Parts: sequence; structure tokens; C-alpha cells
Amino acid sequence: MDITTALLSMQAEVSLVAILIIVLLTDLFLKESNPRMMQSVSCILLVVQLALNIVPTAGEAFGGMYHSTEMASVVKTILTAGTLLVFLQSGEWLEREDSRRKSGEFYLLTLSTLLGMYFMVSSGSFILFYIGLELASIPMACLVALDKYRHHSAEAGAKFILNAMFSSALMLYGISMVYGTCGTVYFADLTSALTGTPLQILAMVFFFSGLGFKLSLVPFHMWTPDVYQGAPTAVTGYLSVISKGAAAFALMSILVKVFGGMCEQWSLLLSIVIVVTITIANIFAILQTDLKRFMAYSSISQAGYIMLAALAGDGQGMSSLVYYIVVYIVANLAIFGVISAVEQRTNGCVERSAYAGLYRTNPHLTLVMTLALFSLGGIPPFAGFFSKFFVFAAAFHDGHWLVVFLALINTIISLFYYLLIVKAMYITPNDNPVPTFRSSALMRTSLLLCVAGIIVLGLFSSIYQLLSDVATF
Amino acid sequence: MEIHVIHYLIISTVMMFCGIYGFFTRRNLLALLISVELMLNATNINFAVFNRYLFPDQLEGHFFSLFGIAIAAAETAVAIAIIINVYRNVKQVLTDDITDLKG
Repeated sequence: MDITTALLSMQAEVSLVAILIIVLLTDLFLKESNPRMMQSVSCILLVVQLALNIVPTAGEAFGGMYHSTEMASVVKTILTAGTLLVFLQSGEWLEREDSRRKSGEFYLLTLSTLLGMYFMVSSGSFILFYIGLELASIPMACLVALDKYRHHSAEAGAKFILNAMFSSALMLYGISMVYGTCGTVYFADLTSALTGTPLQILAMVFFFSGLGFKLSLVPFHMWTPDVYQGAPTAVTGYLSVISKGAAAFALMSILVKVFGGMCEQWSLLLSIVIVVTITIANIFAILQTDLKRFMAYSSISQAGYIMLAALAGDGQGMSSLVYYIVVYIVANLAIFGVISAVEQRTNGCVERSAYAGLYRTNPHLTLVMTLALFSLGGIPPFAGFFSKFFVFAAAFHDGHWLVVFLALINTIISLFYYLLIVKAMYITPNDNPVPTFRSSALMRTSLLLCVAGIIVLGLFSSIYQLLSDVATF
Repeated sequence: MEIHVIHYLIISTVMMFCGIYGFFTRRNLLALLISVELMLNATNINFAVFNRYLFPDQLEGHFFSLFGIAIAAAETAVAIAIIINVYRNVKQVLTDDITDLKG
């Protein structure tokens, strides 16, 4: 295979690299003349990227090192759309006096983490997977520490990079044992070679705990609340949905595709981790008053629900996992959009008490937040209800009824803490609520898109149908 | 005495678990970084040894350790940059003093 065919079969990555270079050059030569230009350029380029890759394609290159299925291609499109939403929301923060000079870096680093996730979801061997994972997590540490003069941000960055290195070292140790027992790191050859010897089980556990850190499953979740609280809000939004979505998809496809022969062992491990994750995250979420920390625990428990789909390990599980990720992206980004809009008017305060009485002054923002919280909690007819339903159905169909039952109880607990915020916004009296304000046009567009997603994704079954049509491993 | 796979593996396992122990007990950010480097190097030894002794006719393990070294260097560079930034803000790199965010 010559180089042109190889490049053509990885067209999504190639076009994203082109976009990265264009953004870099814009940052270098044109930013001085018009500082607001970076946001519009990056958003337009991402729309182009979406348009170029809207049709799912499968491809293979470099002797099976790069292996993209139609499902991976759909996931890439979803991640790109989510990144576009984050970019639309980031304008107000980046126009502030102290972060204006860093707007170019923000877009560049975000795009390079996106490139890493592209490679991660369409890798055909552990080498490319590892490179993609690191390409996604090293720039992410820089993003977390982007607010250089606020020491919370620096502290969160240090915690993030050290935890990321620790987890990738654990994961690599697992991969080295896989290599030692099978003699190959290509997914296609590993499927038949992994049979479940004790060393391979140990390898699987190491690998799983490495990715568990990225997904912030309990007991590997300790870094999450600190990093979410310390990072700039736009970055927190990105971290909580896009990188989590990519890691969940990659973990599921590797568990099913590569460790398929050890299904019995990993499904037991995964069931225990899921139940513990959802329960502990729910208990801690109730105790939080800082909204970003609260969203961190909420996202830990959502990660548990996402991995519930992986338990099923078939096409139905795959499509319900991706559907859950889509719904989770729009709902969570709506909440982070509101948080970052309000944060600009309260001098960075994200306590729940600051939201008391928000309904009287900003009814539209309150409505967006309420719908998103309902969707996360799983109240019908919003998309969150259907995504939870599909995930439960997939796991139940495969016989994991006890896990599904425990997750169901936890859903009811989670409703309680999601409604605490709704109560604060509508009912709790407050003498000086956040004054009425109007956010920028792009921010309003992104919130509108999120709300449309929350409502439309639940009501049109064709989206789930599309996902289940392309669901292959 | 001849050196077998097992001798290398003992070294790499000891390195790995020293690293894990150090990561959980050390109180200095730079010491944490050194512990993590120890873990990453243990995996590099594993890859090279498995390749050399068990599968001498291929190169995948050697390549994996090469990539591992390169990426670990990149990570260390970023980590040190961030630690310097923490020091500028707090004038301290001990974890006991960096406790504004409580997990």
C-alpha cells in the first residue's frame, strides 16, 4: 500500500492535522490585528471538519496499525461536534483581560487532544493506542494549567499530569505482560492469543486500572474533583465529556475486541467497579456545594452508567454506549455553558448559593440548566431517560440484572441531588441574585444547540437506529 | 552465572512496585515525578526483555520501549513546567502545603 492510499483511508485525521496547522498560522500572523478572530476561525474550521467527515467510513492503514470502523468514524464526528460546542462557549472566558493572550494556545491544545482521541478510537495496535492516549492527555494537562496566575489551576495541572503519568505507567505494565505472553501488540492477532492464563488476567487488571484513571472510575477517581474545580470552566467541560467519551469507547472496544476471550473475568471486575463507582459518587455528590466539584462527582457516576453498556459486549451495548455519550455530551455541556456564563458575572464564584434566585433574573438560563439537569437525572421525555433506558436494556439483556437493579436505585438517589440545584434556582430566596445579563451570541447558539439536542435526541428514534446500524467492532 | 529472563523481570517488578510505593508515600512533587519515571522505566525493561528473550525475530517490543521513552520525556517536560508554575504561585512543592483543593 503506498502512502497516498494510507493517507486517504485516514482522512479524518489528515483534515484535522490541516486544521491544526491553519489555526497555528492564524495564531502566529493574524491574531495581533484582531484578537477575537481565533474563536471564529476555529469554529468555522471545525464545521468544515464535520462536513468533510459526516459520512461514516471504514479504513485500514500501515499494516493494521490504524484500523477504523464505521462506528469509530461516527464517534469521531460526535467528539468533533462536542468540541465545537466547547469552542462556542469559550469566547467569553478567553476575551477576559488576563487570558486574552492565551486564546491561540487554548484552541491549538484542544485540537491536538482531539487528534489524540481520533487515534485512540481508531487504533489497531497497542502502540498507536498508547500514542493516541498520551497525545490526548499531555496537552490536556497544559489546558488544565492554562490559568497560569491562579494557583488553583496550577495545582490542578500538577495533580492531573502526575495522575495521568501514573495511570499510563500502570497501563503500559499491563500491555507489556500482554506482549510477553502473546508476542504481538496488534489487536487482530491478540484476539485469539489471549485465553485467560493467570498472567494475562493480571495484565488485564493493570490495563483496566490504567484506563479506569482516565475514565475516573472508583477507586481511581481521587484526582477528578480537584482537577475539575481547579481547571478553567471551558476546559472542565471538555475534560468531562469529550475525553471521557473517547476513553469509554476505546475501553469498551478493547475489552470486547482484544480481551474477548476473557469475558467472564472482566465482566465480573467491571460489574463490581460500576456498582461501587455509581454508589460512592452519588453519596459524595450530595455533600458538594461547589458546582464544579458537584459536576465532577456527577460525571464519575455517569461514567459508571456509560460502562454499564460495556457489560453487554455486543452490538447493542456498543450502540447504547455511543448514544449515552452523545446525550451526556449535550446535557453536560449545557450545564458547563451556564456555569461559565454565570461565573463571568460573579467573579469566578461557582457555589450553589450563588445560583439561588437565578430564575427571577435570568429565566432562560435557568430553563437551560433545568432541562439539562433533568436529562442527566433521566426524567422522561428528555434524551437522558432514553439513553439510560437503552444502557439498562443492553446490560439486562446480557443477564446482569443485579447490577442494573443497583444502578436503578442509584438513579433515584441521583435525582435528589440534581433537583437540589433546581430548587436553589427556583425556590430558595436570595436578596441579591446574579443580575440579569445577556451572554454573547456564540454562547447562546451553543446553549440552544444543547437544548435542541436534549429534546430532539430523545424524541427521534432514527438517531439510535443509525448508531445500531453501524455498530461493529 | 548466566542471566535469564527471570532476573530481568525481578528487577523490573521491584522497580515498578518501588515506584508505586513512592508515588503513594512521597510528599514532594519532584519525588512523585521520580517515582513515576521509575514505573515507566520498569515497563520499558519488560518490553525490551520480552522481545530479546522470547521473541527474538521481531522488533515490536523494542519499538514500544522506544516510544515509551520518547513519550515519558515529553510528559516529564510538561510535568516539570507545571511544577515550576506551582512553585511560582505557592513558593513550595511539598504536597502537604498544596491543599487548597481537597479531594
